[in-house]
Amino acid sequence: MSRVKRWLPGLLLVTPSIIAIAVFVYGMLGWNFRLAMTDQHDEISAGKFVGLTNFVSLWDQERWGISVRHAVVFTVVFVGGALALGWLLAFLMEKGIKGEGGFRTIYLFPMAISFVATGVVWRWLMNSGQGEQAVGLNRLLGALGLGFLENEWFRGQDWGMAAMAIPAIWQMSGYVMALFLAGFRGVPEELREAARVDGCKEWQVYRYVVFPFLRPVTLSALIILGHISLKVFDLIVSVSGKQIITDVPAVFMWVAVFDAHDPAKGATIAAYIVLSVAVFVVPYLIWNARREKRS
Amino acid sequence: MRRRWMSAVAVTVAGVLSLSACGGGGDQKGTGDGQAAAKKQVEVFSWWTGPGEADGLKAMREIFEKQNPGLTFFDAAVAGGSGDKARALLSSKLQANQPPDTFQGHAGAELQGYIKAGKLEPLNSLYDELKLKDVFPQQLVDQLTYEGNVYSVPVNIHRSNVLWFNPQVLKEAGVAGPPKTIEEFVTALEAVKKTGKIPLSIGSEWTAVHLMESVLLGSLGTDAYNALWAKGADWSGPAVTKALESFKTILSYAGPPQDDWQPASKQVADGAAAFNIMGDWAYGYFHNPPDGGLGKKSKEDFDWAASPGTDGTFMWLSDSFTLPKGAPNRDGAMAWLKVAASKEGQDAFNPKKGSIPARKDADKSLYTDYLEWDLGQWASDKLAGSIQHGVVANDAWKTAITEAVGLFLQSKDAAKLQQALVEAAQTNNQ
Repeated sequence: MSRVKRWLPGLLLVTPSIIAIAVFVYGMLGWNFRLAMTDQHDEISAGKFVGLTNFVSLWDQERWGISVRHAVVFTVVFVGGALALGWLLAFLMEKGIKGEGGFRTIYLFPMAISFVATGVVWRWLMNSGQGEQAVGLNRLLGALGLGFLENEWFRGQDWGMAAMAIPAIWQMSGYVMALFLAGFRGVPEELREAARVDGCKEWQVYRYVVFPFLRPVTLSALIILGHISLKVFDLIVSVSGKQIITDVPAVFMWVAVFDAHDPAKGATIAAYIVLSVAVFVVPYLIWNARREKRS
Repeated sequence: MRRRWMSAVAVTVAGVLSLSACGGGGDQKGTGDGQAAAKKQVEVFSWWTGPGEADGLKAMREIFEKQNPGLTFFDAAVAGGSGDKARALLSSKLQANQPPDTFQGHAGAELQGYIKAGKLEPLNSLYDELKLKDVFPQQLVDQLTYEGNVYSVPVNIHRSNVLWFNPQVLKEAGVAGPPKTIEEFVTALEAVKKTGKIPLSIGSEWTAVHLMESVLLGSLGTDAYNALWAKGADWSGPAVTKALESFKTILSYAGPPQDDWQPASKQVADGAAAFNIMGDWAYGYFHNPPDGGLGKKSKEDFDWAASPGTDGTFMWLSDSFTLPKGAPNRDGAMAWLKVAASKEGQDAFNPKKGSIPARKDADKSLYTDYLEWDLGQWASDKLAGSIQHGVVANDAWKTAITEAVGLFLQSKDAAKLQQALVEAAQTNNQ
C-alpha cells in the first residue's frame, strides 16, 4: 500500500497529458502513416492498403523534387544565417555593451511577430520590380546608388529560396542570440580567470574555454531552427502564396489535400516532413538521454 | 501525504474535466445552433467580404428579409479572394456533417467533389418551379448539369476572356486597335516591346493559368475548346500544340510577375504596360474611385475587348448557391435560393458586385459602361467555361493544370506542358 502511495499520485498527475499526447500526437501520426499507405486518392473512396507505393511514386513527380530542393536551400541558408547572426549578436553583447537590456529587447522583438505578419511586410520589401518599377528593398538600393544589387529576390528561379530565408533569419536570429547569450553567461568566470592566469590570450580564452561550453546551446539552436525550417508554411504562403517558384513540402501538402482533394498524397508528404524532422530531432534526443545518464 | 494525494486527484480530475468539456462544449454548441437555426435563422456561407461584393450581398439580404419576415439571415462569410480559405473551412464543416444552410461555390465542375461525395441535393424541382431553364441561357444550364441534375443556382456571371489595354500606350506603339487574333496579338506585343514599355503585364502563377485559358480558347476556337472537357477528349493533338506554342510566345512578352492581379492591372492603368488579360472584376478596380479602385476613366485611361481570337465567345464563370444535404433549415435555404434566382435579387446584387445577372431578362438600364457591353455579349455570344475559375475542370484536374503551368513557367518547355496536360486530362476526366 505504501509503495502504491508513492507512485500513484505522480502517475495520476501525468495521466491526462499522457492520454492527450497518445491520442492527439502519436495516434494522429499513426493514422497519417496508415492513410499514406492507402490508395485513397479522393475524399469518397475507402482506400486499400498499397504499402509504400505512394512514398516511391512521389519521387517521380517533378514538383516534389523542386519542393525538396527548395526546402534544402531554405534550411541551409536560414539555419546557417540565423546561427551566425545570432552568435555574432550575442558575442558583441557579451563584451558588455552599454544599454544591453535595450538591445536585447530590440533583437528579440521580431520573435513576437507571427510569420504571417513578417511575410506580408517582406513581400512588399522583396518586391521584384526593378528600375522605375522598384519598391521596397530594390528602391532603397537604387536610391543608395547600389542599383546593380537590385534583384528578383524570391522570384529568382535558382536562389529565390535563399531570399525567402532572409525574413526568417530576421525573425529568428534574436532568439538564437538569447540562447547564445545565456550560453556565454553560463561559462563560469573562474574558468576564464584560470585560463588567463595560465597565459591565454583573449582569443584563446574564447577558443579553448568559452566555445566548447557553447556546443550544447548550438545544438539546441540547430534543432529548433531546423525543425521550424523543414515545416515552414506560413511564411512562404504569406510572401508568395502557393506558387511553384517557392514551393516547399508543407505547401505542396496543403495543395494536395485541400486543392486536389488527394488525402493519401497529402498524408505521404506529411509523413516525409515528419521523417525529415525526426532525422534532426531523434539523434538529439538520444544524445541528450545518454548525457543525462552519464551525469 | 494525504494532502499530496488530494492535490493530485484534484489536478487529474480538473484535467479530465477540461478535456471532456472541450468535446462536450463543441457538441452542445453545434446542436444548439442547429435547433435555433431550425426555427428562424438561415446560415448563408460565402466569401463575399470585399468592397462591392459585400454590398451586393447586403442588398440581396434586404430583399430576402423583406420577403421572408419569419426568417433571419445569418452571414457566415469568410474573407479571402476566390474563396480559398472559405472552401477549406467549408470542406471540414461538410465532412463533419454540419453544413451551413446554403453555401457559395463557383458554378460548374468545382462542385463535382461535393456532388460525388453526396453532400448536395439536386435542385431540379426548384428549376422547374421557377422555370429557370427559360430564363438562363440554354448553354449555361447545359454546362451546369452534372449527370442529368442541376445542383446550384447561379447568381452572377463574370467574364474571363477580356483583354484590357491602355489606349495611349497602343497609340505610341503604333498599334491601331485591340488585336483580333492571336497572330495580331503577337505583332502588337512586338510593337509595344520596341517602345520599351511592358507589352503584357502578369501577376502570380494563377494569372498565367488565366492567360492560358484565353489563349487556348482564342487559338482552338469555341467548339474545339469545349470539346476538351468532354469525356475521353484528346489533348495531344496538333491544335493544342499550336495553342501552347502561342501561349509560350505570348508569355515571352510578359513583364516581371507581380504579386497578384491588381498590381498587374495597375501597370496597364498607369501606362507602364500595354495589355493585360484578366477577368472583368478588373473593371471595378480600374473604374471605382480611389480607396478600393484606381479612379480611371474608361475608354480613355483604359479600354477593353474580347481577348484575341475569342470575339463572339463568352468565357464565363459564376458564383452560385447550393443546397447541402442535411441543411438545418432547409426551407430557409430554399427561400434564399429563390431570392438568389429571382430577377429582383440578381438585379440588386450584380450592379454592386460589378458583374451581370445570369438571367436573360435583367433590367438593362442598371448596367452601364463595361457592364452594358458585357450584358450585350452575354445575350448573343456562344459560351465556354473557365478553367481557372472552376467551371470546366474539377478541383483535382484544375490543380494538376495549375501545377503544369507553374512548372512550365520555370522550364518554358511547351512540349512538356502539353504532356502534363494530357496526363492531367487522362487522370481526372473520368
